[in-house]
This record gives sequence, structure tokens and C-alpha cells, in this order.
Amino acid sequence: MATLEIKDLHVSVNTDEGPKEILKGVDLTIKAGETHAIMGPNGSGKSTLSYAIAGHPKYQVTSGTITLDGEDVLAMSVDERARAGLFLAMQYPVEVPGVSMSNFLRTAATAVRGEAPKLRTWVKEVKAAMGELDIDPAFAERSVNEGFSGGEKKRHEILQLALLQPKIAILDETDSGLDVDALRVVSEGVNRFQASGEHGVLLITHYTRILRHITPDFVHVFAAGKIVESGGKELADQLEAEGYVKYAGIQEAATTS
Amino acid sequence: MGTSLSAAPISQSRSEGGARVPEASRADWFSSYDVNAFEVPTGREEIWRFTPMKRLAGLHEGAEATGAATVEVDAPGEFTVETVARGDKRLGEAGKPADRVAAQAFSSFAEATILTAAKEQRASAPTTVKVTGPGEGKLAYGHLQIRAELYAEAVVVIDHRGSGVYADNVEFVLAEGSKLTVVSIQDWADDAVHVSAQHARIGKDAVLKHTVVTLGGDLVRVSPTAYFAERGGEVDLTGLYFADAGQHFEHRTFVDHAQPNCTSNVTYKGALQGEGAHTVWIGDVLIRVAAEGTQTYELNRNLLLTDGARADSVPNLEIETGEIAGAGHASATGRFDDEQLFYLQARGIPEDQARRLVVRGFFHELLMKITVPEVRERLEAAIEAELEAVGV
Ligand SMILES: Nc1ncnc2c1ncn2[C@@H]1O[C@H](COP(=O)(O)OP(=O)(O)O)[C@@H](O)[C@H]1O
Ligand SMILES: [Mg+2]
Repeated sequence: MATLEIKDLHVSVNTDEGPKEILKGVDLTIKAGETHAIMGPNGSGKSTLSYAIAGHPKYQVTSGTITLDGEDVLAMSVDERARAGLFLAMQYPVEVPGVSMSNFLRTAATAVRGEAPKLRTWVKEVKAAMGELDIDPAFAERSVNEGFSGGEKKRHEILQLALLQPKIAILDETDSGLDVDALRVVSEGVNRFQASGEHGVLLITHYTRILRHITPDFVHVFAAGKIVESGGKELADQLEAEGYVKYAGIQEAATTS
Repeated sequence: MGTSLSAAPISQSRSEGGARVPEASRADWFSSYDVNAFEVPTGREEIWRFTPMKRLAGLHEGAEATGAATVEVDAPGEFTVETVARGDKRLGEAGKPADRVAAQAFSSFAEATILTAAKEQRASAPTTVKVTGPGEGKLAYGHLQIRAELYAEAVVVIDHRGSGVYADNVEFVLAEGSKLTVVSIQDWADDAVHVSAQHARIGKDAVLKHTVVTLGGDLVRVSPTAYFAERGGEVDLTGLYFADAGQHFEHRTFVDHAQPNCTSNVTYKGALQGEGAHTVWIGDVLIRVAAEGTQTYELNRNLLLTDGARADSVPNLEIETGEIAGAGHASATGRFDDEQLFYLQARGIPEDQARRLVVRGFFHELLMKITVPEVRERLEAAIEAELEAVGV
């Protein structure tokens, strides 16, 4: 059973004025079969947490640990983390001009699976996965994310999730910018991924609307760089009704300090 | 990279975005067929200031030929191939030399090759002109002219290889309605020095697609000039170069919009790696008073793969009429985009492989423009070999 364990994580971002601490002690454990939702106001550090787990070079872990099945994630390079079974669906997927989506997907699948997928079954697999996400097959020949709409980018993040089958998936605001249909399609993709019970999901979101499609087992409220409250899915309903007002004090205190 | 490219709208292009108007307008440039009409350059002149003159093997100061390049032509039946002596009236028709080395070549070549694509015919296969240098320690001058008659259509690959020092003029004379696609490959040995002035004269509604590919040589300086002689012409100048340690590759494009309703696109991209790798791109565009309805865009991008490499990039846009359809330029030089690498690595792709994907992607759009499959495959293999060499 896959387990991602984050303990007392402190993370700084490199800015022009020097390092700035964003995460101030995050504790979180995600096990296979579980879906965790992290909800929090803009600027509270949600993306910083996801980048730190994925190993983005701009974010420095100053203390704390991250382990995947006991292995030290922080000692791994970005690509090693992905091959170890971590996946980050990015809030702003990056455009890579001149690299076709199909070439990219195959290269990634080869790296993660440890061998090149057999061509015939691979073509079918990609076609089926694209079909399930209502992605036009023509996208396969387009450059990675180049000129894609926000919604198209997010669908392709979930396409990668489906093909790479990581142990733990972190979805950073995958719901933002999606219209009603796209939100449904993307959510169904996540639910299919989660159905086997062999993967863990960390769903980062600002709004509750995706939680009408994906039912979290745990909800965490994130403010000022840490988890300030945890509960079951009823916590999401409470946030829906009350917003983040209750946590605004924490956020403000942190930003003025 | 990571720098976003922007097309400077016409009203700003004189002062912003890095384009500048050269002190002497391109319209006033001196040109002559006679080498003695030019002073020996010192290297301080605007047009020579980027070139390491010491490595020119005397091409700029009257060096005499000590050998000859071999020119082998493989052309389909729609072409006439001639070897002509100096003095053939057609020579020089596409343009006059605009610097001393080009004039030296024009004054010094022993014989010229003229290829003529017959009118109203589409050539059944690409033509190859293989130019082999005179050999190490030898110096040669050359002249090549390619003519496309009325409504002719043809593809010509000029393939430069071998060793030695070589200066030449290459002419493209496009009659009305003709379509000429040219790929000039400079895949020289490490010792080679090549200075090539390429002149195109674009007739009414004619289309020139000109691609320069520079992969090898100690010093390669190619100056493609396109002159619109009549209305309605279209020119695509494309360049792709890959410079290694110690190599100097210089490309100087000039599009002379002298007529109304012509279109030009200049796209040059280069990758550099290794100590002392140096590339220069100068992109001059002149839109003369008469050239109403002009549409032009030029772009140069350089990817620095290692420390110690240097890319100079200078777009010059001169506009003498307000009545144009559009003009813009972009120029950017940078390292790998860390965000792109992060994204690819975050999908499990190891760093070295991710870098290769990004470099291949960088050249991809230009490679796709090369319609001769054998040439495209050869270039893909060459780029792959370059990347292999430094372990990128
Ligand atoms: N690269 C960066 N440079 C400077 N500040 C950053 C950077 N990344 C994040 N921050 C700051 O860190 C805080 C948290 O940002 P982020 O993690 O993106 O929050 P969220 O995803 O919750 O909206 C914000 O105040 C943001 O301005
Ligand atoms: Mg965010």
C-alpha cells in the first residue's frame, strides 16, 4: 500500500529579495485508496506544497521530511520522484513547442514504466484514454500544451494521469477554469483512476464545486502555509456555506508578520 | 528562453524591442562588381565588426586562388546545366556584391555554373549541387547561378562539404510566377572557411523559399539578400545553425522591399554549445518609399546549451513608407527554459533526455519546412549527433 508522508515541512521560495518562507510546518499522510482535499484561500501556499513535493528547483525545503513508502523523496531528482510514483497535475501546465503530445506521452510512459510500451497496444491505449476525456485525436500531433485552452490543458493533465498510473497523484486546482462539461469529464477521469483503490489522491482546490463530483475522504483547510483544520467531507460543506472568513485572521496575521 | 517574443508594431519598431536603424541606411550601401572599388576592411566596419578577420585567410585582402572547388550537379531533365566562362552576360543579374569578399569572389572565379529551370515546368525531382572545398590549406573562388524561368517550379539543394577556404556568389534569378526552393547546407570540415554572398532577384509574383543550414566549418559567413524587382513577390528566408566550440557562424539576411505588395518572412534559429562558439545574425529589412502594402516579419532565436558560447542578434528594420500591411520582428537568446525541463522531468523523463526533447522541439518548425525528405532526415541526424557530442 502506497503511502506519502509529509512531516513538519517548511519551504521557502527564492525571490529577488532573498528566500521567503511560504510553508510553515505541513503534516499530511496520504494512503492508497484515500482522497484528500486541501482547500484554502489564494496565496495560502497550496501550489507551493505541490511544487515542493514534485521537486521544483525554485522551492527550497528548509526542514521537515517527505517520504514515499519510506523512501526519502527529498533526496530524489524531479524525474526520479515521478518514476517512484508521484504525479503532479499542474495548475498551469507548461507549453513545450515543437514536441508533439504523442511523442511526449510515449517518452514519459517509457520512462515511468521502465520499458517502451508495445506500439500496437500503446496506440489503442492512448486512443481510448483520449476518448474517455473527450479529447480530439488531432491533439496527439500538436505541440505539448501549445495554444491549448485552459480546459484542454487540464484534460491533458488527466490524460497523463491515466496513462502513467502513479501511486500518488496531486491535482493542483485542476478544476479551475473548467466549464460544467469539462469539470464533469475531468472528475470522471479522476474517479476512474481512483476506482481501483490502489492510488492516493491529493486534490487541491479553492472552490467546493469539484467536490460534488469527487468525494473526498478527508478535507483539510490550508491557511498561511499550513493545515489549520482537518475533517471529513462535512468540512467542505461548511466552507461552502461560510467561505474562508473564519481563517482570514490567520492568513492576515501571517502576511503582516 | 522563457523570454516572450513580441512582434513590435510598426510605430514602435524604430525605437523599441531591440531593432535599430543602422547609421548608414541600407539604401545607401555601396555595391560593385569590382573588388578594387572596396577598401580593405579592418574589421572595425559595421559589416565586419562581428567577423574574426584573422581567420578569413586573407579573403578580404586580395588572397589569390590556390585551388578550385569541385561542383557536381545532379539535375532532372527540366534543367539546363552549363559551365560558363567569366563575362557571360547573365552573371551578376541577381545582384551586385555589397562587400569586399563578395566582390573579390566575383572578380576572381575561373568559371561559373548556371542552372536553368525550364519555363512552365515543375521539376520532376530535386536538384543537388555538391560543392566540395579545394582541400586543406587551399583557397578557391566560385560562382553559381540558378535561374527559374517563367512559371518554373524547382527545388535545389546546394551541399557544401570538404576542407579549405572558399568564397563565392550564388545567384537566384526568379522570373515571373516562378517558385524556387533552395536549401544551402554548410556542412564543412573543421578547418574550412566559407564566405558566401547569395543574391536573389524576385520577379513578379515569384516565390523564393531559401533555407540556410550551417553545421560545420571554422568560419562560415553567409549573406542572403532578396531583392523584389517587381510586385507581388514572396520570400521566405529560413536559417538553422548549430555552432560548437570555437566555431564562428554568421548569417546576414537582407530583404529589399523596393516594390509594392510583397511579403517576406525571415526565421533563423540557432543552438550553440562549447567555449568560444559564436553565432551572429543580422537581419536587415528595408521597406522603400514605393513598397506600399508590404508585409514582413523577422525572427531570430538562439538557444545557449552551455556556458562560454555567445550569440549576437541584431534586427534592423527601416521603413520609408507608412502605407504598409505589417512589419515586425523578434529576437531572443537564452538558456533552457527551466519550466519546460521541470514539466518534462515531472513526467519521469530524465534530464538529459528532456533537454534533447526541448532542443529538437526548438528546431522542429524549421525542419518541417524542409520539403526534401532526405535533407530533413540528414539534418535531424546531424542535430542528434551534435547533442550526443556534448552529452546534452
Ligand atoms: N516563485 C515565487 N516567487 C515569489 N513568491 C512566490 C512564488 N511562488 C509563490 N509565492 C508566494 O507564495 C505564496 C503562496 O503562493 P502559492 O503557493 O501559489 O499559493 P496558492 O496556490 O495557495 O494560491 C504567495 O504569497 C505567493 O505570492
Ligand atoms: Mg495555486
